[in-house]
Amino acid sequence: MSIAIEITDLHRRYGSTTALDGVSFAVEENTVCGLLGRNGAGKTTLMAHIAGQERPSGGAVRVFGHDPVDDATVLSQTSFIRDDQRYPDDFRLSHLLSIAPAFHRRWDAGLAASLVSDFRLPTKLAIKKMSRGQASAVAIVVGLASRAPLTIFDEPYLGLDATARQVFYDRLLEDYAEHPRTILLSTHLIDEMEPLLERVVVLDRGRVRLDCDVDEARASAFAVAGTTRAVQAFVADRRTLSTHVIGGLMTATVDGPADDRVREDADHAGVELSSVSLQQVVAAVGSDSDSHAGAGAALTAAVAADPEGARS
Amino acid sequence: MFDESGPIFVQLADQIERRVLDGTYPEDEQVASTNEFAAFHRINPATAGKAVNLLVDRGILYKRRGVGMFVAPGARERLSEQRRAAFAAEYVRPLIREAAALGIDLPTLVTLIEQERS
Repeated sequence: MSIAIEITDLHRRYGSTTALDGVSFAVEENTVCGLLGRNGAGKTTLMAHIAGQERPSGGAVRVFGHDPVDDATVLSQTSFIRDDQRYPDDFRLSHLLSIAPAFHRRWDAGLAASLVSDFRLPTKLAIKKMSRGQASAVAIVVGLASRAPLTIFDEPYLGLDATARQVFYDRLLEDYAEHPRTILLSTHLIDEMEPLLERVVVLDRGRVRLDCDVDEARASAFAVAGTTRAVQAFVADRRTLSTHVIGGLMTATVDGPADDRVREDADHAGVELSSVSLQQVVAAVGSDSDSHAGAGAALTAAVAADPEGARS
Repeated sequence: MFDESGPIFVQLADQIERRVLDGTYPEDEQVASTNEFAAFHRINPATAGKAVNLLVDRGILYKRRGVGMFVAPGARERLSEQRRAAFAAEYVRPLIREAAALGIDLPTLVTLIEQERS
């Protein structure tokens, strides 16, 4: 398989703020990769670099083997709809649909029309006057119908109702199966969108904290529950990602796979083991509140995922 | 359709095995394609592909080139053997443990089972 996106030691600073701090990872062609992490982790900045809209302060971005900045060949193969995409004042969906083929060689007008109907989008209303959910749906229509070899979605679900989100997931999977391409999407709706993903990259404070298959991410940690005393004894010589204590009971998310030794120890300590969801892993990664990004430190913040979190 | 108990592809493989076991997918009959499994379960096609490959490795499915995936001959019998071997650990032991915790003695437990059967 060849590589669609390759990022090497990417740094991006805005004045004294470091948005990306040595990011390296690669995404193979024809995969759906989730870009996860808390607000402010650097997801949108990273996507803008991959789409050639920002220049790195250091390091390199390669898309299909080329630097995407000012590269017409790469940019014509990329579709990136920002969540704050702006349009001219009286620009309607019908205008957008008629100019889109000029920008996207593989544009499928039939697919666009059926998506517009599925999302019940008004074609004659100025896009500026659309609701948040309708604007999100417009971005999804353009993203899917462009069939771009690299399609980037930045929190594509903002404001969408449950039915519209299901339409998005179903149509994405359906079209992706028939026309494989590389899809990079950022999301806070991790439980809901996990089944769509093959790979995940988790960012925290501008650094990559996890870069693996979804299955590996889930197996990279486990949860343990029981009385505070028993759980504390069990985790004493283990690295915890997060803990949660209420009224003599404690749960902890522990780094590492739940192997035979872990099972034996848990049996012995009288604590209950369970596997964790991808959302729990991601929440645990982003749960440390001190300025050192969890380098071996035991963390004590409660696991608190914010599925409807504001955009990053 | 899927829970947190393990990787999605393993859960999908288990579901397909159950359908082979209960005869929904008869031996030597074609099963859904990877993309059909993916669309039906709303999962990434690569994940569905991993489930199918796992079942090929286990000898439950086999591939006919250019046609699709089929249920292997003898798959049903092999699966029932495996499930019978695991029956005590997966069903009987938890039953006895729960009965003991509730103070239900063995004769009462046997009576309960007989009542449920009739």
